[in-house]
Amino acid sequence: MWTWFYKLASPPYVYAAAAALLPWFCTLALVTIGYGLVDGLAFAPPDYQQGDAFRIIYVHAPSAWMSLFAYTTMAVAGAIALIWRIKIGHAVAAATAPIGASFTLLALITGSLWGRPMWGTYWAWDPRLTSELILLFLYVGVMSLRSAFEDPARGDRAAALLAIVGVVNVPIIHYSVVWWNSLHQAATVAKLGKPEMSASMLVPLLSMLLGFMLFFGAVLCMRLQGEVLNRERQARWIREAVK
Amino acid sequence: MKVGSLAAFGLVVHRELRLSFRRPEQLLQPLVFFLIVTTLFPLGLNLQLSLLRDMSPGVLWVAALLSSLLSLDSLFKSDADDGTLEQLALCGRELTLIVVAKTLAHWLVTGVALVLVSPLVGIALGIPAAAFATMMLSLAVGTLTLSWLGAIGAALTVGLKRGNVLLSLIVLPLAMPLLIFGAGATDRAISGESTAGALYFLAALCVFTCTLAPFAATAALRITIE
Repeated sequence: MWTWFYKLASPPYVYAAAAALLPWFCTLALVTIGYGLVDGLAFAPPDYQQGDAFRIIYVHAPSAWMSLFAYTTMAVAGAIALIWRIKIGHAVAAATAPIGASFTLLALITGSLWGRPMWGTYWAWDPRLTSELILLFLYVGVMSLRSAFEDPARGDRAAALLAIVGVVNVPIIHYSVVWWNSLHQAATVAKLGKPEMSASMLVPLLSMLLGFMLFFGAVLCMRLQGEVLNRERQARWIREAVK
Repeated sequence: MKVGSLAAFGLVVHRELRLSFRRPEQLLQPLVFFLIVTTLFPLGLNLQLSLLRDMSPGVLWVAALLSSLLSLDSLFKSDADDGTLEQLALCGRELTLIVVAKTLAHWLVTGVALVLVSPLVGIALGIPAAAFATMMLSLAVGTLTLSWLGAIGAALTVGLKRGNVLLSLIVLPLAMPLLIFGAGATDRAISGESTAGALYFLAALCVFTCTLAPFAATAALRITIE
């Protein structure tokens, strides 16, 4: 019953699984993001306060969520690799880091574009914005630490440890709008009970979030294949797999 | 010879302190750097004293962070280069104990010195004497926290040739909350408001890092030395 689980630690299996999953992720991501964009940008009603400018939320909020999700994925994969010495975890962490950093950058850029018409400024030194910026620096630190070592195995483990240490930032970002008086609006969607958003706006947003998750899965599959190929280039199964 | 854990801890602290005082220029350089950086701000900005006073907590804290970073690089490096660190790791003691001893000794020679020099900088930046107590207390707690964060960074980069820049890249993002609450406490003290909230937050950060950072730094050392 658990054999499928144990197989996840084997590079050839992961390589094949990533190749098999990739088209599914791509197709589903295309459908959900396509629907979310069309419905969100063209059909959802304009906000009563912000007008049409609120529509940037359909890119901003999902990329901000994904920046945290990718970081957690990276840290968990690193922890699994450190604790149980499963090498594929390091490959997953290494493949996730640049994707997460890109989502963080996207969240910061779309956020400042949204801030300009709403708050009158591209950037404010506000807890939510600052902690998201710290997250970007953490990603950069993890990636540079990994590449700084001559021995790749050592770099992997050092980067995994740093990623785990940096996890303290994740709840700080998530709750920053609750703990401090922030310019940034408080959580409107991820609330227990009734969300403070009408369904006509919420449905495309959730579709975008799902789409971003699937897109993340698709890019992860691609990058993971590359990582596995690079890491296992001495192995015999690679020759058969690439043939 | 059999030595108890506490005695071993004391021996390591003693050794670190003695080594530091043998090379006093290494102790003084971060302090001089701290003074120079804080002088650069008024020179570069050409401010009136009232404006300077508004900016002074931030200037003071940024300078303190940067000068502490300078000395962090050497926390494990010289011991790793000559093999002492490996011997310490193999001596049968908990490596965590040695990490704690080394980090505390590092704080005693850098953090405490920084706290003692800070009134001088405070006067130069126009911080009123009434705020000195808060300023020194927040710096003392803040530099201790920073020593712990720095121990993780120094342990992660100990084997690297150009670990210095990478160390800053790793430690500074983690140190940002310190800067926010440390400068916040000093700022409130200057304007005569209650400083308790910011100081409690700093103390909480300090307790948090004191409890967890030794284990993280030990794990990092185990990865990088071996």
